[in-house]
Amino acid sequence: MNLVKKLVLGATALGMVATATAAVAFEPSKPVDFVIMAGKGGGADKMARLMQSIVEKEGLADKPLVPTNKSGGSGAEALTYMKGVNDPDHTIMVTLNSFFTTPLRQPGLKVDSMAFAPVGRMAEDTFLLWVHKDEGISTFQEFLAEAGKRGNKWVMGGTGKNSEDNIVTDHLNKAFGLDIKYIPYKGGGAVAKDLAGKQIQSSVNNPSEALGFYESGDVIPLVAFTNERLPLFPEVPTLNEIGIGEPFAYFMQRAVVGAPGMSDEAQAYYTELFTKVYASDDWQKYKKSKSLMGDFISGSDLEDYWATQIERHEKILKASGAIK
Amino acid sequence: MDIFAQFFDVLPALQQGIWVAVQPHNLALAVIGVIVGLFVGALPGLGSVNGVAILLPFTFVINEATPDPASPMIFLAAIYYGAMYGGAISSITLGIPGASTAVATTFDGRPMALQGNADRALVTAAIASFVGGTIATLFFTVFAPALSSVALDFGNPEIFALMLLAFATFIGLGGDDIPKTMFSIFFGLLLATVGFDTISGEPRLIFFNEREQTAVLEALGSTDAASSVPIFNSVGWFSRGIQFLVLAIGVYGIGEMLWTINESRYKVTMTETKISASRIMRGIVGMKDAWKGTAIGSLLGFFVGILPAAGATPGSLMSYGVSKMTSRDPKSYGQGNPDGVAAPEAANNSASTGAMLPMMTLGIPGSPTTAVLLAGMVIWGLEPGPRLFEDRPEFVWPLIGSFYISNIVAVLVNLAFIPLFLAVLRMPFTILAPVIFVLSIIGTYAAYDNMYDVWLMVLFGLGAYMLRILDYPLAPAVLAVVLGGTAEQKLRQSLLLSDGDFAIFYSPFFDRDGKGQEWWIAPITTWIAVILIALPIVVWGIRKMRGQTAADV
Amino acid sequence: MRRAEIITAFLLALFSAYLMWKSGEGPEWDTEYVHWANTGINIDGSGPGKGFWPFYLALGMFISCIWIIINAFRRLSPPSQSEEPFMDGYAKKMLLFVGGGLIGFLILIDLISMYAAIAVFMFYYMMFLGRHPLKLSIVTSLVVPFWLYLFFDIVMTKVQPKGLRWIEDAIYNPAGAFFRDQSLLTIVLCFAVTGAVLAITARASRH
Repeated sequence: MNLVKKLVLGATALGMVATATAAVAFEPSKPVDFVIMAGKGGGADKMARLMQSIVEKEGLADKPLVPTNKSGGSGAEALTYMKGVNDPDHTIMVTLNSFFTTPLRQPGLKVDSMAFAPVGRMAEDTFLLWVHKDEGISTFQEFLAEAGKRGNKWVMGGTGKNSEDNIVTDHLNKAFGLDIKYIPYKGGGAVAKDLAGKQIQSSVNNPSEALGFYESGDVIPLVAFTNERLPLFPEVPTLNEIGIGEPFAYFMQRAVVGAPGMSDEAQAYYTELFTKVYASDDWQKYKKSKSLMGDFISGSDLEDYWATQIERHEKILKASGAIK
Repeated sequence: MDIFAQFFDVLPALQQGIWVAVQPHNLALAVIGVIVGLFVGALPGLGSVNGVAILLPFTFVINEATPDPASPMIFLAAIYYGAMYGGAISSITLGIPGASTAVATTFDGRPMALQGNADRALVTAAIASFVGGTIATLFFTVFAPALSSVALDFGNPEIFALMLLAFATFIGLGGDDIPKTMFSIFFGLLLATVGFDTISGEPRLIFFNEREQTAVLEALGSTDAASSVPIFNSVGWFSRGIQFLVLAIGVYGIGEMLWTINESRYKVTMTETKISASRIMRGIVGMKDAWKGTAIGSLLGFFVGILPAAGATPGSLMSYGVSKMTSRDPKSYGQGNPDGVAAPEAANNSASTGAMLPMMTLGIPGSPTTAVLLAGMVIWGLEPGPRLFEDRPEFVWPLIGSFYISNIVAVLVNLAFIPLFLAVLRMPFTILAPVIFVLSIIGTYAAYDNMYDVWLMVLFGLGAYMLRILDYPLAPAVLAVVLGGTAEQKLRQSLLLSDGDFAIFYSPFFDRDGKGQEWWIAPITTWIAVILIALPIVVWGIRKMRGQTAADV
Repeated sequence: MRRAEIITAFLLALFSAYLMWKSGEGPEWDTEYVHWANTGINIDGSGPGKGFWPFYLALGMFISCIWIIINAFRRLSPPSQSEEPFMDGYAKKMLLFVGGGLIGFLILIDLISMYAAIAVFMFYYMMFLGRHPLKLSIVTSLVVPFWLYLFFDIVMTKVQPKGLRWIEDAIYNPAGAFFRDQSLLTIVLCFAVTGAVLAITARASRH
């Protein structure tokens, strides 16, 4: 990081602060409840705690963000908690795609994704298919052959039932006629550990979750569920490029939302705050090293993005029979 | 010897690491961290996770101010250690376990305090913690890379078998009344299932939900029942589940206190608890009575601690159970046996050090506190994972060095503060009792930020008082709440893997992955647990056949 | 005592039966759900349902309760041998005053804030149940919540309920702004000074 860049960034941040103090009347009057809708050690958890640390380190907010994990039921626990919270101006949440899928699957929760305040999307995470090196598989074709042979003794680990990982697994089963068994875990960290320990045969971890064991040589990526090859894994082909089956790409949103009923002033405050987090060196470095994609979007852009995502997930879930 | 060769290999690096850790600024950080941790850990409701999380921002300042990359971590590790030592203090002096890891410490620590031996219990806890922490650090030094692969061998069936083993040691904890102990275990496990189910994602056991409210209103003759519900916010009360501290503080902070007040009619004043340097010395010398508990706790605690899903609570519990089982005088446990304080305390410190291992070598936090430490490491530019030891030795070795130093600092600071903690006990009981009630309530709120949990805690406490009069042991329920969530999750994941076949737990030949491999860890652990559960029943049967009555046992 | 033992076990058995039934319950919004369907061990090849584990635990509780009742009838457990009453007059009165005090405490938290409720509860307990001198009761019931306020709200930022809105605005917001600006040393001094006041009062009230 050179001095010039630091100065420029500093100046932009100062400019933001100046406009912010002029326009934004809201300031938190107590520590902010920072809900994480996933378990400890997974991609969402690491990312949320990094955001909190950046806020602390750069002194971006007067009051601290206090992270709490609410991992129960693929985010259902976090969503109902957010809905019923009594101080929406001091409650924000880091979300995944379960932000769309869980309300669709469980109408009884009476949660409307669009009722949440759009604070900012920090990135889009990617999915890869991982296997242990001892399986002796190095291409996706070999994976199809081996997994097909073992039927339901081939086990895929993932985070939560009917979650992102489950959607990708369902797609593989359906598109390639496999019978992979899916076992839900509490967090992506536990999945990565069990893959490295050969307790399960494959995973569709995000890069941030599997990277440690990839670098140590325990697990290898076979295919990326993206549109283009990832800079971090240039030798790994995308599913589309292999050209078997329909084109399929799948991303995970990493967004910060405010509790339903948050005031516009508070929403503006948090959007400012996370714009600064997004611009920080640490975040940009993390984004690059974990192969995260996507730019910062907020406000009505984010709402539009949600609307298309909800539509897409409804289609996927209907196709797999998870909802009627 | 291979082990020794390994030890001498790491010795220069360790020496270098300790040298960094005893630099004045790092030593000062360790002392401050331990003192902060000690007080945070001693208050019910606050634990190491609060201390570490709140002081995380402060470490960025440290990071800028000191040349060593390990300094911020040394500070946080010192808080972690201090809080582990501090947990024993509220267990012994107030009778309320401040954290799940300190539940087993109350079993004998509280009776010792009531007998006027609080100072001895505190000294025993401090020294046992020191020994446990140091032995664990030694293991950590020598075996860290090798042991990380042990954690990988523990998949879902293995962890469930381990939980079963932990429950097997419960049987010995409950006293003589077998059905009441069983009830208590089942009840605790069941409380852990309330709320959202991790695997299916659906809510369950939401008591008195809208459907039931409508039914009750209709039964009462209301014509317009559907429109008048909800009269009771069942989702608010139960959807977050029943948290550990809600039951633990309810049982110990409210139920046990009411029982003590009724038994003693406020006559318990522990004024005979005098304190002097010579009494502390006598306490230290008296450690020779508790060496066995310390040894068991140190070893068992470490090995349970390194398994990511297990952590320090089953470690401390199993150590207590094993120490009692192997004792020549198991009846003295629960009556103020120093071994019963030493075993869980050595174990929880040992396990906390052990829990650093999966965090650093696998990147998986075993506890909330290690999750915060992990976050800290990421922001300091470190990448915990299989390559940490090779890539960043200049961070790892000073940190390990600081584990040794923090332990020494923690035991000295703890011994120095004992007179202060004992002063609490010299208060008249009519002041101490309301203070304990107040701490219970404010502590529960501080832990979960929710009034529903505070209400539940008090209601559990009143219920626990009634059950206490009727001799229901409630410690097994408190511990079952901690372990229940993991146990169920691992059971269901395993049964999903095996298509509902229990053979996955007891047979090494169950084919898990279609490759015909054999799996020995889970069956061996399961069979040990089964034997432990069956043993008391067999012994009881033999005694019965010989014509002895229960009273003679 | 024996009668209390049997009645309690009977009530707990009823409760266990309710839990067994409750475990088989489906989601409130699923009208096609058949009761007990989720207690199976391998439903649609995806392992045990969400009711499996709680159902068998509740069954275990139920069996334990029946066993307890049998033991009580055969006079095998200590409470069923005891001739003492379940609760004597003192116990009933104690439960009423202490338990009632606790419930009152909880109700006050939402109305007048955590720290004020602590002050009221401490004063009630020390003055009426402990029969301490008025002066000591007042000083203790002011110093203890003040300490807790400094520790939880200011130092640890573990914010406690503040009661009605006007109480928060009138007292806690200015106080919070004041104390948060102070250095740690000043806060420690606050602890020490109030501690000294408490110690002096305690010493004076002993004579």
